[in-house]
Amino acid sequence: MGERCRAADGLRAQPDRTDGENSLRAGYGGGCQMTDLTALSIAELRDGIRSGDFSAREVAETYNAAVAAARGLNAYTVETPEDALAAADAADGGKSTGPLAGIPLGIKDLFATKGVDSTAGSRILNGFKPPYESTVTANLRKAGAGMLGKLNMDEFAMGSSNETSAYGPVVSPWRRSGGSNAPLTPGGSSGGSAAAVSARIAPGVTGTDTGGSIRQPAAFTGICGIKPTYGRCSRWGIISFASSLDQAGPLARTVRDCAILLQAMAGFDPGDSTSLDLPVPDWEGALSGDLKGKRIGIPREYRIEGVPEEINALWDLGLEWLKDAGAEPVEISLPHTKYALPAYYIIAPAEASSNLARYDGVRYGARVEGEGSLDSMYCATRAAGFGDEVKRRIMIGTYVLSAGFYDAYFTKAQKVRALIKQDFAEAFAKCDLILTPTAPSAAFGIGEKSDDPIAMYLNDVFAVPASLAGLPAMSVPGGLDGQGLPLGLHLIGPELDEQSVLNAGLAIEERAGFTHRAEKWW
Amino acid sequence: MSVTPEQVRHIAKLARIAMSDEELERLVPELNNILGWVEQLGEVDTEGVEPLTAVIANKQRLREDEVTDGNRREDILANAPEAEHGFFAVPKVIE
Repeated sequence: MGERCRAADGLRAQPDRTDGENSLRAGYGGGCQMTDLTALSIAELRDGIRSGDFSAREVAETYNAAVAAARGLNAYTVETPEDALAAADAADGGKSTGPLAGIPLGIKDLFATKGVDSTAGSRILNGFKPPYESTVTANLRKAGAGMLGKLNMDEFAMGSSNETSAYGPVVSPWRRSGGSNAPLTPGGSSGGSAAAVSARIAPGVTGTDTGGSIRQPAAFTGICGIKPTYGRCSRWGIISFASSLDQAGPLARTVRDCAILLQAMAGFDPGDSTSLDLPVPDWEGALSGDLKGKRIGIPREYRIEGVPEEINALWDLGLEWLKDAGAEPVEISLPHTKYALPAYYIIAPAEASSNLARYDGVRYGARVEGEGSLDSMYCATRAAGFGDEVKRRIMIGTYVLSAGFYDAYFTKAQKVRALIKQDFAEAFAKCDLILTPTAPSAAFGIGEKSDDPIAMYLNDVFAVPASLAGLPAMSVPGGLDGQGLPLGLHLIGPELDEQSVLNAGLAIEERAGFTHRAEKWW
Repeated sequence: MSVTPEQVRHIAKLARIAMSDEELERLVPELNNILGWVEQLGEVDTEGVEPLTAVIANKQRLREDEVTDGNRREDILANAPEAEHGFFAVPKVIE
């Protein structure tokens, strides 16, 4: 993706602030146009810093300025320009030589970052400054990355539009072409993450995916995002939503950048009992768009009513691209697909109601005194601290776990989850990879679905089954719909086979030629 | 199954979330909508199916019983809404 001129040997960047744009431009020789550093992929930034084409400090300064100039998107809840500069200086001074030396990243606010506000988009964690760093962000720091700031998100990652954030919705950089100019959602819950990458106010970011929260926003904003196999990335220091489903992963502009970031984020961590004790493969090194001999499963149950024809047409086109890369199509069946969302909306709220019991106004976050008793302090604190969607899910979760209903709801859902996992196991006996659309629609307007929880939940109809089965899955941009909005293609792989997912993502990327960007209005 | 306002009040109490009567009224149909929707799981034959508990096979690890962290009282109390004498402070529990 993204044609650009290669930097001429030995030429240094020439800082040249242009009016209003706040963008640092690097002047390259050899007949190339002036190149904006924010136009480069992470791989290009890494290589450019290493070869001395520009300094890491120039990259960090450019991004810090871009972040400050894009506050209208409400993508960042906290900006940490000094952090990005410190990592850059360490890279420039030769003190850090890791694979991400000097690369500034945005961090979803679900990750605990030492001494920096970590709120999960909730009022109840307002002002919480963790005394520790999450394993994933610590891994990124070890690799040499700096932090541009914390990214806005749906409260406790519960939402598909970023509208449940206590800090206001993120506005997508994308607008419909012609007609309505209504602000759109970037999707969710990693909405700030997706908007930041799409608007080029971060070259790459962390996200988390419980039931589609990396993939759906990636699709809505025309970028790439991968959720690895459950257990690849440590959950230690990630504020818990539904522990059996939560997985961290990157969002970035290219498939290669996703591979680079995931490689730095993943790895065994004794601090998380579900962390997988396996070596991290060299996903970037083994990237290949050659899919010769790969069988691509097309699940017939994913052709559901009410999905716009454009989305099914892109799905067909995606299959043609994969065939062009050498793969062969196979029709498969995932018979329990339609039960994935209802099972998810029992399991995830149940786990959330248990995980969120810790917000009691005692150890961290806000406290609201009740009528004097400890119990009324708990009730008042939680009433004031949680938003409507979080309360709704805690209530559902508490109900399905309560005496007399546990088996009918929770155990039943866990059995259906076992059947969904078995569906995938049977499908992967016939194919190597599954291709589907990422979401049943393009981005929708802010406020369009916020009154109807079930309509909102249906956004994740294609994303949730892979989450329930713990499988690696990725969204890659495929094209634009009739209104000029991005649509994503979704690849699901067998457990631990991120490589096949990334490779097929690359094959799509090479053929889709998706270079569209939101026209700047912010 | 559908929930009554009384049940919703009870759930709110179990979840330790204070709710006004209006909020309870509003939540009853919302929860019933969602519960009605998830009840389609009843159509699935799960006879003899073991409920899934670990999504990716993993082994439970044991570690040596030794202290690996600690002596960070001030760090930990720094985020407490109220701390006294090195402890978390809560409203009086025992009269």
